[in-house]
Amino acid sequence: MLHFSKLKIAGMALVFLAGILFSLPNFLSQQTRQAMPEFLPSSALNLGLDLQGGSHLLLSVDVQEVQNERLDGLVADVRLALRGAGIGYTGLGRVANGVSVNLRDIEQLAEARKVLDGLAQPVAPLVFGGFNEAVDLDITQSDSSGFTLTLTEEAIIARNTRTVQQSIEIIRRRIDELGTTEPTIQRQGDTRILVQVPGLDDPQRLKALLGQTAKMNFHLVDQNASPYDVMGGKRAPAGARLVYTDTQPAVPYLIRRRAMVSGERLVDASIGFDPQTNAPEVNFRFDSVGGKKFGEVTKANIGRPFAIVLDDKIISAPVIQSAILGGAGRITGNFSVQEANDLAILLRAGALPAPMNILEERTVGPGLGADSVAAGRIALIVGFLAVISFMLLSYNVFGLFANVALIINMVLIMAVLSGLQATLTLPGIAGIVLTVGMAVDANVLIFERIREELRANKAPITAIDVGYNRALGTILDANVTTLLAAIILFQLGSGPIRGFAITLAIGIVTSVFTAFTLTRFFISLWVRAKGRPAQLPL
Amino acid sequence: MWTLKLIAADTKMEFVRYRLMAFVLSALLLIGSVGAFISNGLNFGIDFKGGTLIEISSDIEIDIAQLREQLTGLNIGEVQIQQFGTPSDALIRVSADEAAESAEGGLSAVESIRNELQGRFEIRRVEIVGPQVSGELIQTGILAVLAAIVSMLIYIWFRFEWQFSVGAVLALIHDVVLTIGIFSLLQLDFNLSILAAILTIVGYSMNDTVVVYDRVRENLRKFKKMPLDDLLNVAINETLSRTVMTSVTTLIALIALYTLGGEVIRGFTFAMIWGVVVGTYSSVFVASPLLLYLGVKRDWSGNQTD
Repeated sequence: MLHFSKLKIAGMALVFLAGILFSLPNFLSQQTRQAMPEFLPSSALNLGLDLQGGSHLLLSVDVQEVQNERLDGLVADVRLALRGAGIGYTGLGRVANGVSVNLRDIEQLAEARKVLDGLAQPVAPLVFGGFNEAVDLDITQSDSSGFTLTLTEEAIIARNTRTVQQSIEIIRRRIDELGTTEPTIQRQGDTRILVQVPGLDDPQRLKALLGQTAKMNFHLVDQNASPYDVMGGKRAPAGARLVYTDTQPAVPYLIRRRAMVSGERLVDASIGFDPQTNAPEVNFRFDSVGGKKFGEVTKANIGRPFAIVLDDKIISAPVIQSAILGGAGRITGNFSVQEANDLAILLRAGALPAPMNILEERTVGPGLGADSVAAGRIALIVGFLAVISFMLLSYNVFGLFANVALIINMVLIMAVLSGLQATLTLPGIAGIVLTVGMAVDANVLIFERIREELRANKAPITAIDVGYNRALGTILDANVTTLLAAIILFQLGSGPIRGFAITLAIGIVTSVFTAFTLTRFFISLWVRAKGRPAQLPL
Repeated sequence: MWTLKLIAADTKMEFVRYRLMAFVLSALLLIGSVGAFISNGLNFGIDFKGGTLIEISSDIEIDIAQLREQLTGLNIGEVQIQQFGTPSDALIRVSADEAAESAEGGLSAVESIRNELQGRFEIRRVEIVGPQVSGELIQTGILAVLAAIVSMLIYIWFRFEWQFSVGAVLALIHDVVLTIGIFSLLQLDFNLSILAAILTIVGYSMNDTVVVYDRVRENLRKFKKMPLDDLLNVAINETLSRTVMTSVTTLIALIALYTLGGEVIRGFTFAMIWGVVVGTYSSVFVASPLLLYLGVKRDWSGNQTD
């Protein structure tokens, strides 16, 4: 047990060296780190949001909304297809999760089936090159004379995935406009998105930017009826609907259902100022198709009002003075500078494919983060010194060995955290402090065992040998249980708790490793230096 | 050469003989815990209940009563205010609007509080948890504790015998119930980090128990004829020094954290300290004596797992 081969010593030295190399960047300045040669590890510990301050938002994408849109579209598709084939139908409409339609003539069942089957489209496989022949529609004959069309599982999953991916892309564009550093945006679960923005202590603006779908469309105002009559219960004219302004009090308008130009045609938006009143406004530009369309419609409707509708609220309803041909225009509402700026950001970044809800928000100010780091550091230093002194008092020179191993343990933990680019959180610091207390356990077990063997009148060398051998099984068994708990914690945890689980797990592994290599190595050196001592200082 | 020895070498304390006293004490504590839980429930934090939490700080002492009056005037539902660590720090809690499906119900409350306090206080932390998320956190929390206990059960069963795994798990449940009990009795904030502490306690307490059990198994092989209660005593006494040493070093580290680590993790460290004390007690006085009643196999000659 006390013999170490050259290979083993080299291996230990290597691990130790790697530990120093990987933990070193934490003690260097940003510039030094960047100037380091490529082959050396240069990444320092990642501080969690609870330590550096910042905002954590958990958003859920309302995918149901997208499905509803798809089903609404499907109703129109079915109408068109059946009409085109000259098949008479009744009762075409949405049911809970699909579309149902009845045929007037049962004779046409087979023909209708063929037409409807034609509506189904293959679902793009999620995995590139995947073998997938799934289609997006499930068409069943509901009773003798009708069909029900539902979206297939594959279609829903594919669409949700696409919706969430698009949302992430748009969120990224919106957040980048805020000019914050290194935001993290990741998908979580099926329909959730986690947004983490460091260094943001008032996330109000961020939330305002993320909380809006920002779907903007241009609609003509329908002047065939008074919106107040429709409010009072009168039927709206065909193809028109009631929408309110976003002002207080809200003013009703009747607008054409079909948009004259859709917001998807926007290519650019920026804040501007009215040359006369100096009031903030938003300038926008369409692509060529949108610009042409906008030109045609405005030319044909001079003197009539149109409405700019954002997320189903009218933000402006100007009267068309002249044909707007250049494909560019401006929105003058009652904006503050920031509102105009944010609207421009939203229009530039594009609309979210589905509305989002904020499920969870956790924001830590930079003051608290810095205080936590300071408190954690002091607790770590004090705890460390206290444990070291205690070990020294209890086990003498052997305690010293355990303490050196403990220091190297700390270096290794830091190295693994930096190397893996794991995030250090406040509970993570707690995990390290706890590890300081628990890491000596492996050595304690060994030393106590050696003491026992000495009491059983074994010679020192034999006692050390037997002590190590017997303690091994116990140490492994005992630490596997804590490791299991740490793994389960990691599975359960969100950000900060995960940080704790990671440091705890790393601490367990490194402490067992150092106990069986380093302390043993030190003891073997000591035994040799003392020339096989007749007594152990235990 | 002198060394500090917390536990004298070769102790011969008859732990197992006092098992009845220990069982009565544990039973009383367990009943007390369950009773506290039934009558008080747990003081769930917003992680599990949903709602809004705001930590504020000031240069001067915060007048809680006045602040409460001021915030109640905002008409944002039930507002709880308590001092947080020092007199110049406070926690504001706004209960979740149960009707609200998302955290957005809480947003307006945060905004109005922010507007009200701006300038006079530093807003150090804001947490808003919607009911959907808090429901899930409760679910995963309960699941995690159960998963931890079951995985320990299986692991010990694998490495020892089923009698040991039953004894160890009973001791674990004992520790978890007592930890929940103290939080219920003192009405301390029970949040996600307390749950993390409970899981860590499960790991730590198991660690302790395994060390004693390991020695029991070794002695079962060594002293084939020794009565079981004597054998358990020998095992506990032999490992006592280690049990105490490790508990002490862990407690030293934890006390450093508790006193110096800041208010945010104080609840967590409190739970851990309590758990280490209870866990150490339970591996000596609960887990080991239980083996007497579980019918441990005496003939280990054919079983050499390690």
